[in-house]
Amino acid sequence: MLDKVIFYFFAAIAVSSAALMVTRRNAVHSAIFLITTLLATAGIFLQLRAEFIFIVQIILYVGGIMVLFIFVIMLVNLDVALHQLKFARQKWVALVVVLALAAQVGVMFWTTGKMQGQVWPGLNAAPVGKLPPGNAEAVAQSLFGTYLLPFEIASVLLLVAMIGAVVMAKKRA
Amino acid sequence: MLPIGNYLFLSMALFILGVIGVITRRNVIVVLMSIELILNAVNINLVAFSRLYGDVAGQVFALFIIADAAAEAAVGLGIIIAFFRNHETVLADEMDLLKW
Repeated sequence: MLDKVIFYFFAAIAVSSAALMVTRRNAVHSAIFLITTLLATAGIFLQLRAEFIFIVQIILYVGGIMVLFIFVIMLVNLDVALHQLKFARQKWVALVVVLALAAQVGVMFWTTGKMQGQVWPGLNAAPVGKLPPGNAEAVAQSLFGTYLLPFEIASVLLLVAMIGAVVMAKKRA
Repeated sequence: MLPIGNYLFLSMALFILGVIGVITRRNVIVVLMSIELILNAVNINLVAFSRLYGDVAGQVFALFIIADAAAEAAVGLGIIIAFFRNHETVLADEMDLLKW
């Protein structure tokens, strides 16, 4: 019961502030609502007992990435953009794409709902396995054991991104 | 944990809202933020299935996605700053250098 209340509370916050984020005219408002969505998602992660992802989400997304976004919004003068058209003239393209997406997802849910009792658990399945206690420890064991090579590749990716960002944002000599 | 369908529906809703943002918004910074929203929706799926199967690999992949999102945000915002310095705009439909 408590699980249900927590989930629906955070899910409602996440979806409504995501909708507000897409529709606000001011980019700073969009950024604030995106932060709310990310925090609500962190709550969902905690409800799923993924404590490590919960902390990483708050520190990295909200504390790092969103601060970067806000900085750039402040750096880029948006006063002109405020008084202009908010949406590109692509409403119909957007509608078609979203309907196609929704149809795909609907077919997925429908076929999954019919496959109850198969190897693949249906939509109403209870957990089939149990996570080990000590979430951060388990994540670390997996990250530095099975997924050591992807981890190192991710560090190279971050280095490349850092150099790229510095080169890109630096003033031309 | 609630039945997995709840998490899938939440993730789908966030994903579709992100797609709407990417397609319709003119401000490139908001488009980048919508991409972050999409990546976040995928993370919910990964963590929910990680809990469903009791396998921590899903959370590890969620971590990789977060690292990717950080890299993408840094490079994307760098490009936006460089473009703004040269052309004084952040609106997607005024970025038409390759159009003739």
